[in-house]
Amino acid sequence: MENLATKATDPAVRELLEKARRQGVETVWDRHEAQLPQCGFGELGVCCRNCVQGPCRISPFEDGPQRGICGATADTIVARNLVRAIAAGTAAHSGHARHLAHALHRWAEGRAPDYPVRDEQKLRAVAARLGLQAQEFSVKELASRVAGEALAQFSEGKEVLAWLKSTLSPGRLEALSRLGVLPRGIDTAVSEVMHRTNLGVDADPVNLLLGGISCALADYVGCHLATDLADILFGTPAPVVAEANLGVLKADHVNIALHGHNPLLSDLVVRVAREMQEEARAAGAAGINLVGICCTGNEVLMRHGVSPLTHSVSQELPMLTGALDAVVGDYQCVYPSLAGVAECTGTKLITTMGMTKIPGAAHVEFTEEEAAEKAREIVRLAIEAFTARRGRPVHIPPHKSRVVAGFSGEAMVAVLLRLDAVDPLKPLLDNIAAGNIQGICLFAGCNNVKVSQDENFLVMARELAARDVLCLATGCGAGAYARHGYLTPEATLEYAGPGLKAVFTAIGEANGLGGPLPLVLHLGSCVDNSRAVDLAVAVANKLGVDTAQLPVVASAPEFKTEKAVAIGTWAMALGFPVHLGLVPPVLGSAAVTEVLTAKAREILGGYFMVETDPVKAAEKIYAAIGERRRALGLATRPW
Amino acid sequence: MRREILIDFARCTGCFSCRLACAVAHSQAKSLFGAVLAGEKPRARIFVHQLGRQKAPISCRHCTDAFCIDACIAGAMYRKEDGTVTNEGGEQQCVGCWMCVMVCPYGAITSDAAGTVALKCDRNCRDESGTPACVRACSTGALVYAEVEEYAAYRRHSTLGKILAGGAGSF
Repeated sequence: MENLATKATDPAVRELLEKARRQGVETVWDRHEAQLPQCGFGELGVCCRNCVQGPCRISPFEDGPQRGICGATADTIVARNLVRAIAAGTAAHSGHARHLAHALHRWAEGRAPDYPVRDEQKLRAVAARLGLQAQEFSVKELASRVAGEALAQFSEGKEVLAWLKSTLSPGRLEALSRLGVLPRGIDTAVSEVMHRTNLGVDADPVNLLLGGISCALADYVGCHLATDLADILFGTPAPVVAEANLGVLKADHVNIALHGHNPLLSDLVVRVAREMQEEARAAGAAGINLVGICCTGNEVLMRHGVSPLTHSVSQELPMLTGALDAVVGDYQCVYPSLAGVAECTGTKLITTMGMTKIPGAAHVEFTEEEAAEKAREIVRLAIEAFTARRGRPVHIPPHKSRVVAGFSGEAMVAVLLRLDAVDPLKPLLDNIAAGNIQGICLFAGCNNVKVSQDENFLVMARELAARDVLCLATGCGAGAYARHGYLTPEATLEYAGPGLKAVFTAIGEANGLGGPLPLVLHLGSCVDNSRAVDLAVAVANKLGVDTAQLPVVASAPEFKTEKAVAIGTWAMALGFPVHLGLVPPVLGSAAVTEVLTAKAREILGGYFMVETDPVKAAEKIYAAIGERRRALGLATRPW
Repeated sequence: MRREILIDFARCTGCFSCRLACAVAHSQAKSLFGAVLAGEKPRARIFVHQLGRQKAPISCRHCTDAFCIDACIAGAMYRKEDGTVTNEGGEQQCVGCWMCVMVCPYGAITSDAAGTVALKCDRNCRDESGTPACVRACSTGALVYAEVEEYAAYRRHSTLGKILAGGAGSF
């Protein structure tokens, strides 16, 4: 029997993986195995396919070609490949934001009745931040203006992008402006990277990386837009209790998994499903049970308490329970392999976006104008699938954990207001200064099949929390913590160091929670990394320092996507040390590696550190936090 | 029977993975990232050429009647018990006279980076299963580590399969 511990740490995932093995169902782990050995040139980032004189690859040693056919060196090729990945990530996050902006705009025009502003306060707060005279306008008028401003971020303008100007600290804007990397528009930034990485354009690795940083800042704008607009349209998250993991499936219910990233359709599925319980009962089901996969799951968890089912690399497995009636995908991280598994299990795989189709899946094309109707159509397909599977045995792993999620920036301020009604950030700052909280680590990013699923996330949070580091999480990282019970007060009691435990208990009690805050605070989906920036900027502004001075570190312990590359790069540009738990494809260029891990630090304050061992990684993060505490004149503690 | 590195030429895509793996296997670090980070410059002992549209790897055949052993005036080139022909670890040192390079019909022997000694496949790259690094790295099956009889049988099967696929009448 092979060792499943090398594949996943989650017992529910292991149980179904074993079942997949028995039934001969191919999974991501089999396909990874089949890909081995992976190409060393690709691993080093020295393969170029940007023109048809190639493909070219550069030898990392001396006995092979040192230049591509056009003359590009390993430095040029590695930098070009990296910044193209950033552009792809930026296109994805900002595409997500653009869809939300259109929905808001169409509602304001009276063309998308299913997308009313559900959080007027957030709308007015965003408008005020943008300098719009919010008070003078009706909700509809203001929605139209904010949506207009949002859409204006995409095209080329003369000014600094409004979402950069209004959300970053002055010192940081100044530093980025000096470096000449402030983007003039999201689409412009993506487009410029594609231009400069063409054959015979930019060959200077440092200049290319600056272009990449500029594009990554456009990605940050895309992420922030997505967070703001989703809050305006669907409500700003507040603490919510749910359960996570495969045990949340219910054999006698119509089980529908919402998968992908954009809440645009999934939020409506949640709303219409409430009205369709009777239809489900008429089909012989006890009701409709909605569950989430990946970041769409995070969005509906944060706003509606929908249970997260599983994440990232384990997304193929829930169908093997035989209890999942439909998987509804929007876009990003939805594996095309799902269609093959769905064929085996009778699950309806439903794609919903015109730009995301999967051979073998049913397609229900989403439109803003008829969103609720499309959502009903999707739920009906799931009810049909339930009728077809009735009476068949199911195998639902009994594992589930309680989850406390929903910590938007606004929610955190609300929680802190109970400690200090005038100055909510003060208790946080006082505790950081006193050392009860040593610093903050934001865990972001995906799972990666090359790491035993969740292992790095869990080990690092335990190591850091035990040393009083406050842990935040987004995306599939937050999902890992959800499934393993780390988003609970019990985890705080078990793993937090004395300082962190005392602070979280005081906050919890002031809020009537009857216990501490959860060990890891779930901030939301991957675009919601913007929420962590808002928190850091608020702290920096209050202290009158730059974000690059804060004892705040970001970590992507199991990253895989181009989107993660973009986020990591902007986190570096905003001045944070960024840990990566896998080696990114840049080692083929010593110059690029040097810029990312060392030179960036001199220019931006932020830098990358790569460490694949989770305990050593935690140690390095703790050291980075200590270094910043010392610079601020705060006491530090050894590891 | 001894296994040999045999080549299915039609399967080579020219990816150079065999060369990379060979170089890494002969580095101090024994890993790609380790060698690159340490600035090592190990040399590959397998080669890939393109002739027209055909891509083809080639490495030392470890010939039974090895010209390189006969030609080695220093007595450094010898055959190990497992059949491996090498100029390393024997009784005499290679002096870099290049006689072996001149007599090898395959061009499978080259020079080290410093130009002082002859460099060739030494099979000091095999894993626990005894498989050489280049074969492990080949993702298309162009490099095969097999007994000659076994490989010949595979070739007969695949060729006969192709001939007979159209029906017995086409034979």
